Amino acid sequence: MTAFLVLIRRDLALSARQAADALVAVMFAVLVVVLFPFGVGPEADILSRVSAGVVWVAALLAALLSLDRLFQADHDDGSLEQLALGPLPLWALSLAKAAAHWLVTGLPLIVAAPILALMLQMPASGLSTLVLAMALGTPCFSLLGAIGAALVLGARRGGVLVAFLILPLTIPVLIFGAAATEAALTGQEAAPHLMLLGAFLLTSLALAPAAAAAGLRQALG
Amino acid sequence: MLLEAEGLVGGRGGHPLFGPLSLALAAGGALKVTGPNGAGKSTLLRLFAGLLVPMGGVVRANAALRYLGHHDAVKPAMTVFENLVFWRRFYGSDAAAAALVEVGLDRLAATPARYLSAGQRRRLALARALDPAAPIWLLDEPTNGLDADSVGRLEAALARHRSAGGATIVATHASLALPEATMLELGLT
Repeated sequence: MTAFLVLIRRDLALSARQAADALVAVMFAVLVVVLFPFGVGPEADILSRVSAGVVWVAALLAALLSLDRLFQADHDDGSLEQLALGPLPLWALSLAKAAAHWLVTGLPLIVAAPILALMLQMPASGLSTLVLAMALGTPCFSLLGAIGAALVLGARRGGVLVAFLILPLTIPVLIFGAAATEAALTGQEAAPHLMLLGAFLLTSLALAPAAAAAGLRQALG
Repeated sequence: MLLEAEGLVGGRGGHPLFGPLSLALAAGGALKVTGPNGAGKSTLLRLFAGLLVPMGGVVRANAALRYLGHHDAVKPAMTVFENLVFWRRFYGSDAAAAALVEVGLDRLAATPARYLSAGQRRRLALARALDPAAPIWLLDEPTNGLDADSVGRLEAALARHRSAGGATIVATHASLALPEATMLELGLT
Protein backbone atom coordinates (compact mmCIF):
# COMPACT_ATOMS: atom_id res chain seq x y z
CA MET A 1 0.00 0.00 0.00
CA THR A 2 2.83 2.39 0.82
CA ALA A 3 4.47 1.79 -2.54
CA PHE A 4 1.10 2.40 -4.22
CA LEU A 5 0.74 5.81 -2.59
CA VAL A 6 4.41 6.67 -3.09
CA LEU A 7 4.00 6.08 -6.82
CA ILE A 8 0.85 8.20 -7.05
CA ARG A 9 2.53 10.98 -5.12
CA ARG A 10 5.54 10.93 -7.44
CA ASP A 11 3.31 11.13 -10.52
CA LEU A 12 1.41 14.06 -9.02
CA ALA A 13 4.66 15.82 -8.16
CA LEU A 14 5.95 15.30 -11.70
CA SER A 15 2.69 16.69 -13.13
CA ALA A 16 2.89 19.69 -10.81
CA ARG A 17 6.42 20.43 -12.06
CA GLN A 18 5.23 20.19 -15.64
CA ALA A 19 2.02 22.12 -15.04
CA ALA A 20 1.65 22.90 -18.74
CA ASP A 21 1.26 19.17 -19.49
CA ALA A 22 -1.37 18.81 -16.81
CA LEU A 23 -3.42 21.80 -17.91
CA VAL A 24 -3.42 20.79 -21.57
CA ALA A 25 -6.41 18.49 -21.06
CA VAL A 26 -8.64 21.11 -19.46
CA MET A 27 -7.54 23.83 -21.88
CA PHE A 28 -8.35 21.52 -24.78
CA ALA A 29 -11.87 20.90 -23.43
CA VAL A 30 -12.37 24.65 -22.94
CA LEU A 31 -11.22 25.34 -26.52
CA VAL A 32 -13.61 22.77 -27.99
CA VAL A 33 -16.53 24.21 -26.06
CA VAL A 34 -15.62 27.81 -26.88
CA LEU A 35 -15.31 27.02 -30.58
CA PHE A 36 -18.56 25.10 -30.76
CA PRO A 37 -20.96 28.11 -30.85
CA PHE A 38 -18.99 29.51 -33.80
CA GLY A 39 -19.86 26.35 -35.70
CA VAL A 40 -23.53 25.94 -34.86
CA GLY A 41 -24.50 29.54 -34.21
CA PRO A 42 -25.29 31.40 -30.99
CA GLU A 43 -29.00 30.49 -30.59
CA ALA A 44 -29.50 29.61 -26.94
CA ASP A 45 -32.00 26.79 -27.46
CA ILE A 46 -29.81 24.97 -30.01
CA LEU A 47 -26.77 25.27 -27.75
CA SER A 48 -28.59 24.13 -24.64
CA ARG A 49 -30.01 21.12 -26.52
CA VAL A 50 -26.52 19.87 -27.49
CA SER A 51 -24.70 21.10 -24.37
CA ALA A 52 -24.62 17.78 -22.51
CA GLY A 53 -23.28 15.88 -25.50
CA VAL A 54 -20.67 18.51 -26.35
CA VAL A 55 -19.30 18.68 -22.81
CA TRP A 56 -19.02 14.88 -22.69
CA VAL A 57 -17.28 14.58 -26.06
CA ALA A 58 -14.91 17.42 -25.13
CA ALA A 59 -14.09 15.70 -21.82
CA LEU A 60 -13.49 12.35 -23.52
CA LEU A 61 -11.18 13.80 -26.19
CA ALA A 62 -9.34 15.85 -23.56
CA ALA A 63 -8.73 12.75 -21.43
CA LEU A 64 -7.50 10.85 -24.50
CA LEU A 65 -5.02 13.59 -25.33
CA SER A 66 -2.64 12.70 -22.50
CA LEU A 67 -3.25 8.96 -22.37
CA ASP A 68 -0.42 7.82 -24.63
CA ARG A 69 2.07 9.27 -22.12
CA LEU A 70 0.61 7.25 -19.25
CA PHE A 71 3.34 4.59 -19.37
CA GLN A 72 5.49 5.89 -22.22
CA ALA A 73 7.72 8.24 -20.21
CA ASP A 74 8.45 5.55 -17.62
CA HIS A 75 9.06 3.02 -20.39
CA ASP A 76 11.50 5.26 -22.23
CA ASP A 77 13.73 6.17 -19.28
CA GLY A 78 13.86 2.68 -17.77
CA SER A 79 11.62 3.49 -14.81
CA LEU A 80 9.00 0.97 -15.90
CA GLU A 81 11.29 -2.06 -15.49
CA GLN A 82 12.41 -0.72 -12.12
CA LEU A 83 8.77 -0.27 -11.10
CA ALA A 84 8.03 -3.82 -12.25
CA LEU A 85 10.78 -5.13 -9.95
CA GLY A 86 9.25 -3.38 -6.95
CA PRO A 87 6.76 -4.75 -4.43
CA LEU A 88 3.64 -3.96 -6.48
CA PRO A 89 2.13 -6.49 -8.89
CA LEU A 90 1.68 -5.10 -12.40
CA TRP A 91 -2.08 -4.66 -12.01
CA ALA A 92 -1.56 -2.47 -8.92
CA LEU A 93 1.05 -0.52 -10.86
CA SER A 94 -1.49 0.10 -13.63
CA LEU A 95 -4.12 1.09 -11.10
CA ALA A 96 -1.78 3.59 -9.45
CA LYS A 97 -0.83 5.11 -12.80
CA ALA A 98 -4.50 5.35 -13.84
CA ALA A 99 -5.40 6.93 -10.48
CA ALA A 100 -2.68 9.55 -10.90
CA HIS A 101 -3.86 10.22 -14.45
CA TRP A 102 -7.41 10.71 -13.23
CA LEU A 103 -6.32 13.09 -10.46
CA VAL A 104 -4.39 15.19 -12.97
CA THR A 105 -6.86 15.24 -15.88
CA GLY A 106 -10.22 13.85 -14.69
CA LEU A 107 -10.62 15.93 -11.56
CA PRO A 108 -9.99 19.30 -13.27
CA LEU A 109 -12.44 18.25 -16.01
CA ILE A 110 -15.14 17.58 -13.40
CA VAL A 111 -14.54 21.02 -11.91
CA ALA A 112 -14.60 22.67 -15.33
CA ALA A 113 -17.67 20.79 -16.60
CA PRO A 114 -20.39 22.98 -15.02
CA ILE A 115 -18.67 26.14 -16.25
CA LEU A 116 -18.39 24.72 -19.75
CA ALA A 117 -22.04 23.66 -19.60
CA LEU A 118 -23.12 27.17 -18.59
CA MET A 119 -21.15 28.58 -21.50
CA LEU A 120 -23.37 26.38 -23.70
CA GLN A 121 -26.54 27.71 -22.03
CA MET A 122 -27.33 24.50 -20.14
CA PRO A 123 -30.13 25.21 -17.62
CA ALA A 124 -28.95 25.07 -14.02
CA SER A 125 -31.25 22.12 -13.31
CA GLY A 126 -28.88 19.77 -15.20
CA LEU A 127 -25.59 20.84 -13.62
CA SER A 128 -25.58 18.66 -10.52
CA THR A 129 -26.39 15.55 -12.54
CA LEU A 130 -23.70 16.48 -15.05
CA VAL A 131 -21.07 16.73 -12.31
CA LEU A 132 -22.21 13.46 -10.74
CA ALA A 133 -22.12 11.67 -14.09
CA MET A 134 -18.68 13.10 -14.85
CA ALA A 135 -17.44 11.90 -11.47
CA LEU A 136 -18.49 8.37 -12.45
CA GLY A 137 -17.44 8.60 -16.08
CA THR A 138 -14.00 10.23 -16.06
CA PRO A 139 -12.37 7.47 -13.96
CA CYS A 140 -13.54 5.02 -16.66
CA PHE A 141 -11.59 7.04 -19.25
CA SER A 142 -8.39 6.77 -17.19
CA LEU A 143 -8.88 3.05 -16.41
CA LEU A 144 -9.74 2.04 -19.98
CA GLY A 145 -7.03 4.35 -21.25
CA ALA A 146 -4.43 2.49 -19.21
CA ILE A 147 -5.19 -0.64 -21.29
CA GLY A 148 -4.55 1.23 -24.52
CA ALA A 149 -1.49 3.01 -23.16
CA ALA A 150 0.04 -0.32 -22.08
CA LEU A 151 -0.73 -1.99 -25.41
CA VAL A 152 0.88 0.69 -27.57
CA LEU A 153 4.16 0.85 -25.59
CA GLY A 154 7.02 0.83 -28.04
CA ALA A 155 4.77 1.52 -31.03
CA ARG A 156 5.25 4.58 -33.20
CA ARG A 157 2.32 7.01 -33.38
CA GLY A 158 1.06 5.56 -30.12
CA GLY A 159 -1.34 8.43 -29.47
CA VAL A 160 -3.45 7.72 -32.54
CA LEU A 161 -3.42 4.00 -31.81
CA VAL A 162 -4.64 4.57 -28.26
CA ALA A 163 -7.56 6.57 -29.62
CA PHE A 164 -8.49 3.78 -32.04
CA LEU A 165 -8.23 1.14 -29.32
CA ILE A 166 -10.00 3.00 -26.55
CA LEU A 167 -12.71 5.11 -28.16
CA PRO A 168 -15.01 2.13 -28.92
CA LEU A 169 -14.76 1.01 -25.29
CA THR A 170 -15.75 4.44 -24.00
CA ILE A 171 -18.95 4.71 -26.04
CA PRO A 172 -21.17 3.32 -23.22
CA VAL A 173 -19.80 6.00 -20.87
CA LEU A 174 -20.59 8.67 -23.43
CA ILE A 175 -24.13 7.36 -24.04
CA PHE A 176 -25.17 7.01 -20.42
CA GLY A 177 -23.28 10.11 -19.29
CA ALA A 178 -25.04 12.33 -21.81
CA ALA A 179 -28.36 10.53 -21.27
CA ALA A 180 -28.24 11.11 -17.49
CA THR A 181 -27.81 14.86 -17.98
CA GLU A 182 -30.45 14.90 -20.71
CA ALA A 183 -32.89 13.13 -18.39
CA ALA A 184 -32.30 15.62 -15.60
CA LEU A 185 -32.91 18.50 -18.02
CA THR A 186 -36.19 17.07 -19.31
CA GLY A 187 -37.46 16.27 -15.85
CA GLN A 188 -37.06 12.50 -16.14
CA GLU A 189 -35.35 10.08 -13.80
CA ALA A 190 -31.54 10.28 -14.12
CA ALA A 191 -30.84 7.55 -11.57
CA PRO A 192 -30.97 4.52 -13.96
CA HIS A 193 -28.36 6.11 -16.23
CA LEU A 194 -26.16 6.99 -13.28
CA MET A 195 -26.43 3.45 -11.93
CA LEU A 196 -25.38 2.02 -15.29
CA LEU A 197 -22.43 4.43 -15.28
CA GLY A 198 -21.54 3.25 -11.79
CA ALA A 199 -21.76 -0.37 -12.90
CA PHE A 200 -19.49 0.39 -15.83
CA LEU A 201 -17.01 2.09 -13.50
CA LEU A 202 -16.93 -0.90 -11.14
CA THR A 203 -16.44 -3.29 -14.06
CA SER A 204 -13.57 -1.18 -15.42
CA LEU A 205 -12.07 -0.98 -11.96
CA ALA A 206 -12.05 -4.76 -11.70
CA LEU A 207 -10.97 -5.67 -15.23
CA ALA A 208 -8.95 -2.80 -16.71
CA PRO A 209 -5.89 -3.03 -14.39
CA ALA A 210 -5.52 -6.74 -15.17
CA ALA A 211 -5.77 -6.09 -18.91
CA ALA A 212 -3.25 -3.25 -18.69
CA ALA A 213 -0.91 -5.52 -16.70
CA ALA A 214 -0.98 -8.04 -19.55
CA GLY A 215 0.02 -5.25 -21.93
CA LEU A 216 2.86 -4.17 -19.64
CA ARG A 217 4.17 -7.74 -19.37
CA GLN A 218 4.34 -7.85 -23.15
CA ALA A 219 6.26 -4.57 -23.28
CA LEU A 220 8.76 -5.61 -20.59
CA GLY A 221 9.58 -9.06 -22.00
CA MET B 1 22.24 -20.01 -2.17
CA LEU B 2 21.13 -16.49 -3.08
CA LEU B 3 21.04 -17.04 -6.83
CA GLU B 4 20.55 -20.32 -8.65
CA ALA B 5 20.25 -21.37 -12.27
CA GLU B 6 19.81 -24.92 -13.53
CA GLY B 7 19.99 -25.82 -17.20
CA LEU B 8 19.20 -22.21 -17.96
CA VAL B 9 18.72 -21.35 -21.63
CA GLY B 10 18.24 -17.70 -22.42
CA GLY B 11 17.42 -16.04 -25.69
CA ARG B 12 15.78 -13.13 -27.42
CA GLY B 13 12.97 -13.24 -29.93
CA GLY B 14 12.81 -17.05 -29.90
CA HIS B 15 16.54 -17.50 -30.66
CA PRO B 16 18.63 -19.13 -27.93
CA LEU B 17 21.73 -17.08 -27.06
CA PHE B 18 23.41 -19.19 -24.39
CA GLY B 19 23.00 -22.25 -22.27
CA PRO B 20 22.17 -24.60 -20.92
CA LEU B 21 24.15 -23.27 -18.00
CA SER B 22 24.00 -24.03 -14.30
CA LEU B 23 25.41 -21.84 -11.59
CA ALA B 24 24.88 -20.92 -7.98
CA LEU B 25 25.97 -17.86 -6.07
CA ALA B 26 26.20 -17.90 -2.28
CA ALA B 27 26.40 -14.99 0.16
CA GLY B 28 29.59 -13.04 -0.49
CA GLY B 29 29.84 -14.38 -4.01
CA ALA B 30 30.31 -12.46 -7.23
CA LEU B 31 29.91 -13.40 -10.86
CA LYS B 32 31.53 -11.39 -13.62
CA VAL B 33 29.92 -11.89 -17.00
CA THR B 34 31.93 -10.98 -20.08
CA GLY B 35 31.56 -11.58 -23.78
CA PRO B 36 31.11 -9.79 -27.09
CA ASN B 37 28.11 -7.60 -27.90
CA GLY B 38 25.00 -9.66 -28.38
CA ALA B 39 26.29 -12.68 -26.47
CA GLY B 40 23.43 -12.45 -23.98
CA LYS B 41 24.97 -10.71 -20.96
CA SER B 42 22.01 -8.37 -20.47
CA THR B 43 19.61 -11.21 -21.17
CA LEU B 44 21.23 -13.27 -18.39
CA LEU B 45 20.83 -10.40 -15.92
CA ARG B 46 17.24 -9.76 -16.95
CA LEU B 47 16.50 -13.46 -16.48
CA PHE B 48 17.82 -13.34 -12.92
CA ALA B 49 15.85 -10.14 -12.29
CA GLY B 50 12.67 -11.87 -13.45
CA LEU B 51 12.07 -9.42 -16.29
CA LEU B 52 12.44 -12.21 -18.87
CA VAL B 53 11.17 -15.78 -18.92
CA PRO B 54 13.81 -18.47 -19.61
CA MET B 55 13.55 -20.50 -22.83
CA GLY B 56 14.51 -23.53 -20.78
CA GLY B 57 15.60 -24.54 -17.30
CA VAL B 58 14.95 -22.65 -14.09
CA VAL B 59 16.34 -19.48 -12.58
CA ARG B 60 15.83 -18.43 -8.97
CA ALA B 61 16.66 -15.37 -6.90
CA ASN B 62 16.10 -16.24 -3.25
CA ALA B 63 16.29 -12.74 -1.78
CA ALA B 64 15.40 -9.15 -2.55
CA LEU B 65 17.34 -7.77 -5.49
CA ARG B 66 18.20 -4.49 -7.17
CA TYR B 67 18.81 -4.27 -10.89
CA LEU B 68 20.76 -1.66 -12.81
CA GLY B 69 19.88 -1.76 -16.50
CA HIS B 70 21.04 0.24 -19.50
CA HIS B 71 18.60 3.04 -18.68
CA ASP B 72 19.15 5.15 -15.61
CA ALA B 73 15.48 5.59 -14.58
CA VAL B 74 16.19 9.18 -13.56
CA LYS B 75 13.40 11.79 -13.75
CA PRO B 76 14.88 15.09 -15.00
CA ALA B 77 12.18 17.18 -13.29
CA MET B 78 13.04 15.88 -9.81
CA THR B 79 16.14 16.68 -7.81
CA VAL B 80 18.91 14.15 -7.29
CA PHE B 81 17.77 13.45 -3.74
CA GLU B 82 14.07 13.20 -4.68
CA ASN B 83 14.92 10.66 -7.38
CA LEU B 84 16.76 8.47 -4.91
CA VAL B 85 14.20 8.87 -2.13
CA PHE B 86 11.36 7.91 -4.45
CA TRP B 87 12.96 4.58 -5.38
CA ARG B 88 14.03 3.78 -1.84
CA ARG B 89 10.50 4.44 -0.51
CA PHE B 90 8.93 2.55 -3.39
CA TYR B 91 11.05 -0.52 -2.60
CA GLY B 92 10.34 -0.05 1.10
CA SER B 93 13.95 0.44 2.19
CA ASP B 94 15.55 3.31 4.06
CA ALA B 95 15.99 6.57 2.23
CA ALA B 96 19.64 6.88 3.08
CA ALA B 97 21.46 10.06 2.20
CA ALA B 98 24.57 7.95 2.73
CA ALA B 99 23.94 6.38 -0.70
CA LEU B 100 24.59 9.75 -2.34
CA VAL B 101 27.87 10.11 -0.46
CA GLU B 102 28.86 6.66 -1.66
CA VAL B 103 28.59 7.70 -5.32
CA GLY B 104 29.93 11.21 -4.69
CA LEU B 105 26.70 13.07 -5.49
CA ASP B 106 25.98 14.44 -2.00
CA ARG B 107 26.90 18.00 -3.02
CA LEU B 108 24.42 17.85 -5.91
CA ALA B 109 21.54 16.51 -3.79
CA ALA B 110 19.30 19.53 -4.34
CA THR B 111 20.12 19.92 -8.05
CA PRO B 112 17.39 19.01 -10.55
CA ALA B 113 18.50 15.84 -12.31
CA ARG B 114 18.14 17.49 -15.73
CA TYR B 115 21.43 19.32 -15.08
CA LEU B 116 23.41 16.13 -14.48
CA SER B 117 25.97 14.85 -16.95
CA ALA B 118 25.66 11.32 -18.34
CA GLY B 119 28.20 10.03 -15.85
CA GLN B 120 26.48 11.74 -12.93
CA ARG B 121 23.13 10.28 -14.01
CA ARG B 122 24.76 6.85 -14.07
CA ARG B 123 26.04 7.43 -10.55
CA LEU B 124 22.53 8.38 -9.40
CA ALA B 125 21.24 5.14 -10.92
CA LEU B 126 24.01 3.31 -9.08
CA ALA B 127 22.98 4.96 -5.82
CA ARG B 128 19.52 3.47 -6.36
CA ALA B 129 20.85 0.00 -7.20
CA LEU B 130 23.52 -0.18 -4.48
CA ASP B 131 20.90 -0.61 -1.77
CA PRO B 132 22.23 -2.37 1.34
CA ALA B 133 18.68 -3.57 2.12
CA ALA B 134 18.78 -5.92 -0.86
CA PRO B 135 21.24 -8.85 -0.73
CA ILE B 136 21.42 -9.27 -4.51
CA TRP B 137 22.76 -6.63 -6.88
CA LEU B 138 22.48 -7.21 -10.63
CA LEU B 139 24.55 -4.61 -12.46
CA ASP B 140 24.54 -4.31 -16.25
CA GLU B 141 27.54 -2.29 -17.48
CA PRO B 142 27.71 -0.28 -14.24
CA THR B 143 30.86 1.57 -15.30
CA ASN B 144 29.34 3.17 -18.41
CA GLY B 145 30.30 6.83 -18.37
CA LEU B 146 32.03 6.64 -14.97
CA ASP B 147 35.37 8.32 -14.26
CA ALA B 148 38.23 6.49 -12.56
CA ASP B 149 37.34 7.80 -9.09
CA SER B 150 33.77 6.58 -9.42
CA VAL B 151 34.90 3.15 -10.61
CA GLY B 152 37.09 2.95 -7.49
CA ARG B 153 34.12 3.87 -5.29
CA LEU B 154 32.00 1.24 -7.04
CA GLU B 155 34.65 -1.44 -6.40
CA ALA B 156 34.76 -0.45 -2.74
CA ALA B 157 30.96 -0.58 -2.45
CA LEU B 158 30.89 -4.03 -4.06
CA ALA B 159 33.57 -5.31 -1.69
CA ARG B 160 31.69 -3.94 1.33
CA HIS B 161 28.42 -5.45 0.14
CA ARG B 162 30.00 -8.89 -0.34
CA SER B 163 31.68 -8.87 3.07
CA ALA B 164 28.26 -8.00 4.56
CA GLY B 165 26.78 -11.15 3.02
CA GLY B 166 25.53 -9.84 -0.31
CA ALA B 167 26.06 -11.27 -3.77
CA THR B 168 26.41 -9.58 -7.11
CA ILE B 169 26.39 -10.32 -10.82
CA VAL B 170 28.17 -7.75 -12.95
CA ALA B 171 28.12 -7.73 -16.72
CA THR B 172 30.88 -5.55 -18.05
CA HIS B 173 33.45 -4.91 -20.77
CA ALA B 174 35.54 -2.69 -18.55
CA SER B 175 38.19 -3.81 -16.11
CA LEU B 176 36.42 -3.81 -12.79
CA ALA B 177 38.23 -5.35 -9.84
CA LEU B 178 36.08 -8.11 -8.35
CA PRO B 179 38.38 -10.24 -6.17
CA GLU B 180 37.67 -13.98 -6.24
CA ALA B 181 34.75 -13.54 -8.59
CA THR B 182 33.49 -16.43 -10.66
CA MET B 183 34.10 -15.65 -14.32
CA LEU B 184 31.54 -16.43 -16.97
CA GLU B 185 32.40 -15.77 -20.58
CA LEU B 186 29.51 -15.91 -22.98
CA GLY B 187 30.33 -16.50 -26.64
CA LEU B 188 28.43 -15.94 -29.82
CA THR B 189 26.53 -19.01 -30.95
